[in-house]
Amino acid sequence: MARTRYATDRGLIARMGVTMFLLGLVFVAFVLALFFVLTYNQRGGSGGSGGLIVIAALIGIGSAFASYYWSDKIALRASGARLVSPGDSAAAARLHGTVDRLCALADMPKPRVAIAPTQMPNAFATGRSSKVAVLCATQGLLDRLDPDELEGVLAHEMSHVAHKDVAVMTVASFLGIVAALLVRFAFYSELFGGGGRGRSNNGNNQGALPVILIVMLVGIVVYAISFLLIRLLSRYRELSADRSGALLTGKPSSLASALQKVTGDMARIPTRDLRAAEPLNAFYFAPAFSKGRGQITLSSLFSTHPSLERRLAELAKVSQQLSR
Amino acid sequence: MGFLDTILGRTKPVAPKLDALFALPSAAVTLQAAMDLQPTGSGSVCFRATEGRAFRDIEKDVRELLEMGSGTLPVEVSSDSYGFTWLVCHHTSDDVEGLVTDLHAVNSSLEQGGFGPQLLCTLVGFRSPAGRRLGLVYLYKRGTFYPFAPLGGERRDSALEMQVRGYLGDDLKVEPDLGRWFPVWAAPGL
Repeated sequence: MARTRYATDRGLIARMGVTMFLLGLVFVAFVLALFFVLTYNQRGGSGGSGGLIVIAALIGIGSAFASYYWSDKIALRASGARLVSPGDSAAAARLHGTVDRLCALADMPKPRVAIAPTQMPNAFATGRSSKVAVLCATQGLLDRLDPDELEGVLAHEMSHVAHKDVAVMTVASFLGIVAALLVRFAFYSELFGGGGRGRSNNGNNQGALPVILIVMLVGIVVYAISFLLIRLLSRYRELSADRSGALLTGKPSSLASALQKVTGDMARIPTRDLRAAEPLNAFYFAPAFSKGRGQITLSSLFSTHPSLERRLAELAKVSQQLSR
Repeated sequence: MGFLDTILGRTKPVAPKLDALFALPSAAVTLQAAMDLQPTGSGSVCFRATEGRAFRDIEKDVRELLEMGSGTLPVEVSSDSYGFTWLVCHHTSDDVEGLVTDLHAVNSSLEQGGFGPQLLCTLVGFRSPAGRRLGLVYLYKRGTFYPFAPLGGERRDSALEMQVRGYLGDDLKVEPDLGRWFPVWAAPGL
């Protein structure tokens, strides 16, 4: 009986699975394309672009690993948040109490708890595993939300931790990073004569210049596709965190009203503060830029979070499920 | 939770473990013999009420079931500042078994209604002749217990908690992760 009440959203899972599969497919196609270009190139006798690809891959792996391994520290530094203990203030005690209870309900180890001193109401969770995770709420969030709404937002963030979203999104974005680096390297080597050297060494072979161009083109295409897929994946992860969070607290409506409050407030906040927070967007509860609602255009394809309407509609479904 | 569940963001609410609760009576005997801590006869179940009619109906059934039961006083219902509901049962102080049976009735009703994941903890109160208070808290999702001894002004009597942990090791499973021994200040039934 319990199973029917907490049924998983098969459609969402399927769409997420397909997105990941496509990302993997793009990755395989990318590697194959580069391999093809490289072998073609070696027949021509120039090793310039092979080194380029290896360097791009190494830097990509390095930066992905760094952002994965130090995600908690990077996010805390960037948001100016401070770790708090229950004795620090009444707000900290309340935050700890809420997190304690959510952890006991969800059977998770307790993450560290931080408060960021900004008035923008938001929250984020990072950390490579649930043991070193940090859950951070801004002062604005603590000031503005009711206890039930705050609990809903924190449950959403705890679901991100449980779903290991930092790891999933790091692996997903690795492909984009490598493709972008490759494009940039190919462009510079073209500008500063890497391609020219290839040409002068092998006068009879006009392959070197096109090889660099082909690598660049492949990079651009892969970057564009993987960018869209990563954003799509991010939106699905948000929806599934909404869903798990709402099921954990049993109050989807509180999460919905928190969402409305947070996004409503966000549109009224000065833009400078918001821009400062943009690099962290992927891990925030609600994205920190104001944009018009109801557009199904480019902006909705590019955004890290689903539209408010979509999120509210999904939460309403959970609510119906619970009353059945 | 499996690898695939994590990757696909498919966490399910965790089902509670109910049977370990029956270790309480023997633990109560140990506490009484070793540390002179008497059961108060009061105990409570804490759960998260969900929205919607389904949960309200089950909650009402549970309350009626308990009122018909063997308790000495009517069942009290209260909600705390975190939005959790507490059902408090009272028995005489030597009837820990009756108390545990009542608490278990609440659990199994909620579980049968499909709301097992909403159970947070259960608490049974103890008191020493000198007036020290102790709550034994059962964590449903872990199937473990931990002692919680409040002092005035939101401080905890950690020394007493550690002592209790030492004595109870044989009778029941004490939660090994101290990070999960969360304080339940002003819990009903304490």
